[in-house]
Amino acid sequence: MVLENSFVPSLYVIKGIVILDNDGNRILAKYYNQSFSTVKEQKDFEKSLFNKTHKGAGDVILLDNLTIVYRNNVDLLFYVLGSTNENELMLNSVLTCLFESLSTMLRKTVEKKVLCENLDLIMLAVDEICDEGIILESDPMLITQRVQLRLDDIPLGEQTVSQVFNQAKEQIKWSLLK
Amino acid sequence: MLSSFRKQDKKDEESSTSGNPYKNLEKASVLQESRTFNETPVNARKCIQILTKIIYMINQGEQLGQTEATETFFAMTKLFQSKDMMLRRMIYLSIKEMSTVANDVIIVTSSLTRDMTGKEDSHRGPAIRALCKITDPSMMQSVERYMKQAIVDKLPSVASAALTSSVHLMRQGPEVVKRWVNEVQEAVNNDNIMVQYHALGLLYQIRRSDKHAIRKLIIKFSKAGLRSPYAYCFLIRIAANLINEEGEGTDSPMYDFIDSCLRHKNEMVIYEAASTIVSLKCVTPKELSSAVNVLQLFISSPKPVLRYAAVRTLNKVAIQYPAAVTACNVDLETLITDSNRSIATLAITTLLKTGNEAGVDRLMKQISSFLSEISDQFKTVVVDAIKSLCQKFPRKHTVLMTFLANMLREEGGYEYKKAIVNTIISIVEENPEAKEAGLAHLCEFIEDCEHTSLATRILHLLGREGPRTTTPAKYIRYIYNRVILENAPVRAAAVSALAKFGAASEELLPNILVLLHRTTLDQDDEVRDRATFYYQLLKHSDKALNSAYILNSMNVSLSALERLLHRYTMEPTTKPFDVRSVPIETVHVEQPKTDINIGVGLPRGGTESKTNREDTYGEQLAAIPEFAHLGPIFKSSLPVDLTESEVEYVVRCIKHVFSHYIVFQFDINNTLNDQLLERVSVQMDGSAEGFEVVHYTPCQVIKCNDTGSTYTLVKLPDDSSAVTGSLACTMKYTVKDCDPATGEPDDEEGYADEFVLEDVEVTVSDHVQKVLKTNWSASWEEIGAENELEDTYTLSIATLEECVKKIISYMGMQACERSDKVPDGKASHALYLAGVYRGGHDVLVRAKMALGGTTADVGAQAITMQLTIRSTDESAVQVIASAVE
Repeated sequence: MVLENSFVPSLYVIKGIVILDNDGNRILAKYYNQSFSTVKEQKDFEKSLFNKTHKGAGDVILLDNLTIVYRNNVDLLFYVLGSTNENELMLNSVLTCLFESLSTMLRKTVEKKVLCENLDLIMLAVDEICDEGIILESDPMLITQRVQLRLDDIPLGEQTVSQVFNQAKEQIKWSLLK
Repeated sequence: MLSSFRKQDKKDEESSTSGNPYKNLEKASVLQESRTFNETPVNARKCIQILTKIIYMINQGEQLGQTEATETFFAMTKLFQSKDMMLRRMIYLSIKEMSTVANDVIIVTSSLTRDMTGKEDSHRGPAIRALCKITDPSMMQSVERYMKQAIVDKLPSVASAALTSSVHLMRQGPEVVKRWVNEVQEAVNNDNIMVQYHALGLLYQIRRSDKHAIRKLIIKFSKAGLRSPYAYCFLIRIAANLINEEGEGTDSPMYDFIDSCLRHKNEMVIYEAASTIVSLKCVTPKELSSAVNVLQLFISSPKPVLRYAAVRTLNKVAIQYPAAVTACNVDLETLITDSNRSIATLAITTLLKTGNEAGVDRLMKQISSFLSEISDQFKTVVVDAIKSLCQKFPRKHTVLMTFLANMLREEGGYEYKKAIVNTIISIVEENPEAKEAGLAHLCEFIEDCEHTSLATRILHLLGREGPRTTTPAKYIRYIYNRVILENAPVRAAAVSALAKFGAASEELLPNILVLLHRTTLDQDDEVRDRATFYYQLLKHSDKALNSAYILNSMNVSLSALERLLHRYTMEPTTKPFDVRSVPIETVHVEQPKTDINIGVGLPRGGTESKTNREDTYGEQLAAIPEFAHLGPIFKSSLPVDLTESEVEYVVRCIKHVFSHYIVFQFDINNTLNDQLLERVSVQMDGSAEGFEVVHYTPCQVIKCNDTGSTYTLVKLPDDSSAVTGSLACTMKYTVKDCDPATGEPDDEEGYADEFVLEDVEVTVSDHVQKVLKTNWSASWEEIGAENELEDTYTLSIATLEECVKKIISYMGMQACERSDKVPDGKASHALYLAGVYRGGHDVLVRAKMALGGTTADVGAQAITMQLTIRSTDESAVQVIASAVE
C-alpha cells in the first residue's frame, strides 16, 4: 500500500509558519514552498484557517491538503504547516519550540501588543527556527540565546540612553580586543 | 522617532482595538524613512525599526517595485558600518527578503563573506545563510574554502547554517556541493543533534543515486545510533524509500532497522517507524500488527496531536487491511467523543471501514450529532466512507440514504454538496432497490439548490431514470417547478428532462405537451428553442424520432463537429452537411479509482489527454497529400508492438480506419547508435484476404536513437462483409553506418536491408466505434428488425463475466444499461451493446447468455448464447456476427 509513491526523503519538512491575531489578521506569515502562488491565496487560506481554529483550544487540523498544528494564546494564534503525510509530532515539536522561545523572549506575556512591540525579535526567532522549510533548531533555549543579543536594553524605551549604552559596550569591547 | 508611531497608535486605537503599531503602514512613507540609513553616525535603533517595518510590509504582501527595492537595498548596505549586533542581524534578514526584488544584490557579498569568517560568532551563521541566498552555485567557488571550513566548524550554529544552505544550493546546481562530501561526512559525526540531522540530510542528497552507499550509511547508523530524533526519522524514511525502490521484503536489514525504531524512546521516532511500516509495499498483516499495536497505545495518549497522528494512520491501514485494525475498535470507540472533531471523524470513518453491518446505525447516529462542527474536507471524508459502505452493505441503503439526505439539507460548500450528490447518484445507479428513494431525495434537493451545475446534473439523471420508475408522474411536478423558478441553464435542463418523460410514456404525453407548450414563451432563447423543438417532435409521437432525438443524444465528437462545420461554412456548397462524416466521440472509460483517503495530498482527477487523440492524428495525416482525399478518420486504434522491445528497431503500428481505406502508421524507433536509416517503408501483403496496398509514404531518414513514422495506405476488400484478416509486414530501408559520437554518416552509399515484422491483424473491433446509448431499448426499436440477424452459439467459457468481457473486446462495442456488470449468483444474463460501424451506421447487439449447455469436451463449463444483431446497414450485421467464432 503505497500512499506516497513519488516520495523522496528530504529535509524540507515545514511548509509554513503563521502568526495571526484574534481578528484573523496576519502578523507574520512565512510560506516555504509554492503551495500558494499569490498573496491573495495565502490570505484566503489564513481566513479559512482562522475560522476553523479560533474557537478551539488548539491542537491539529487538516485543511487544504495541509496538516496544521496550532496553538491559541490570549489574542494570538500560532500555526505550523506541513504536508498531509508529514509526521505530526515533528511539526508539533517546531510549534512548541516557537511558542516557548517567544514566551521566554517576551517574558511570559505572549500577547499581541507585546509581540508587536518586539516584532524584530520575533522575525529573527522564526528565522532561527526554520530556514526555508528546514528545521534549523528546535531547542527554545538556543533560539533565545541566538536572537536575544541585547537582552539588557530591551526595557529601555529611551533611545538616547540605549545608544549611549550601546556605544559604551562597543567601546569596552574594542578596548578588550586591542 | 517614536512620535510617528505614537500617532499611528492613536489612529489605530480609534479605528479598532488592535494593538498592532504596524497596521497602517504606508509604503511611500516607510521608503521615505529609509533615507535615515544615509545619516552618520548610524542611528541603530531607528534603523532597526525601519528595517522591521520594511520586512513587515513585504510579509503583508506589499509589492516593492524594482527601483524602489534596489534604492532601499543600496541605502541599507551603508548600515554595515554600524557595529550594532541587532542591526546587523536585521540587515541579514532584509537582504534575504529583498534579494528576489532588488537588482545587483551581490554587492554585499564581500561584507557577508567578512562576517561569516569574522570574530563575532553570532553573526557567522546568519551571514552564511544570507550569502547563500543571494549567490548561485557558480559564484560559490570564491567562497568554497570558507564553506568547507564552516561545515566542520565547532560552533553548531555555523555548521548547521552551512549545511542547510548547501541543501538549498543543491537544488540549483549539485556539482559544487558534491565536492564538499568529505566535510559533510565528518559533520555527520558531530555531537550536536541538529548538525547531525542536517549533515545526514545533505549527505543523502549527495549520495542519493548510489544505492550501495545509502545502504552502508543506514547500516552504520542503525548500529552506532544517532543522537537526534529528527535524524532517526530521516533515516527511517531513507530506509523505507530504499525498500520500496529495490522491492525488498521484510527480511531485509533495512526493515529490521525500521522495526527496531518501534522500540525507540522518543515518540516522534516510534510514530515515524509505525506509520512507515504500514505504508511499505512489502508489508504483510503479520508485520502490520506490531505497528498497529504501537498506534493503539498512542490512541489513549493525553496529547491530541499524538491521538490524531495515530488515528489518521490507522484510518489509512483500514482501507487496505480492515482486519488488522479490528483489534483497536474498542479504543477507537472512545475517540468518537473526542473534543477534537478531526480525531472523532477519523475514528468514525475508520470504524465504518472495519465495523460490521450491525454497527452502522449506531455510528451514523454518532456522526450526525457533531457533523455541523467539522470542516467540509472532513465531511467529504465521511461521505466517501458512506459511499464505500453502501457498496459493502447494500442492504443498509435506507439508513445511509437518509443520512446523506440530511447532509444535503445542511449548510456546505459546493465541493461537499457535489460529493454527496455523486454518492447518491452512484447508489441510485448501482442499487436498483435504492433508486426511488434516492431520486426522491434528489428531487427535494433541487427544490432549494443554489448550484446550477448540480441542479442540471440531477435533472439529467431524473430524465434518464425517472420514466422507468413505477410512478413517473410524481417527478413531473419537481421538474416543472424548476422551469418556473430557476435560471436559464436549469430551465433548459428541466425542459429536456420533461421531453424525455413525454417520449417514454404515452400516458404522460398529453400533459407534457401542455407543459412544453407553455414554455415556448420563455424569455431565454435556449429554453424557448428546446421547448419548441421537443413540442413539435413529441406531437408526432413517432418512436424512431423520439429515440434518435430525445432519448439518445448525438454521439459525435463536439470539437470535431465544430471544426467540420467551420470548414463547411468556409466553402460555399449546395451539398447538405453530413453528420455521419463527423468522428464519433470516444466513450470515456472511467478508471476504477483506488480508495481515496484523506492522507493523499495529490490533486484528484486530471485532464483526459486521450480525448483528442483522433484529432491530432487527423491533423498529422491531413498534412500528407496522398491521404487528403480519404475523408475524416473513422477510428484510430491503440498502438500495437510489432517487435520485441529489445531489438535493433522497435516498431509500433497504429491503424487509422477510413470509410474505404486503412492507413497503417508505423512508428519506428532506431535504437542503434551507429546506424542511420534512410527511405524506410513497410511493405505489406494482404492479397489473400483481398486487401490491396495502394500507396507507401516512406520516411526519408531516421537518425540514431530517433523515431520516425512511415505510412502504408491499404484499400479495404471489395466484399464489404469480409473485412478482417492479417497482413504480413516487412520493413525495407537503406542502412548507413555512422559515427556514434557525431551522428554523421561514414560513407555515402549505404546498403539496402530488410527486417521482418510481426503480422498486423485487422479485427472486427477496428471497424466499430463505441457509443453509449443512454436508452438502449429505444434505439433498438428505432433501428427495427429490417437487417436483423439472430443466431445461437455454444461457447466454452467458464463464467458469465468472462463471456461478457470477451464479447465486448471482440466486437469493440460499448455496453449499455450497465449490462457489463453481471450480478453475483445469476445463471443467465443479457448484454446490450451499442456501436457505430465504419461509415456511420448504428449497430446494436443483444446477447442473451445462460450457463449450461454441452460442448465437445465432456464436463467443461459452457455458455449458451443467443445473439441478435440489428443495424442500419446489412454488411455491418454480417461483419459483427463474424466476430463470434
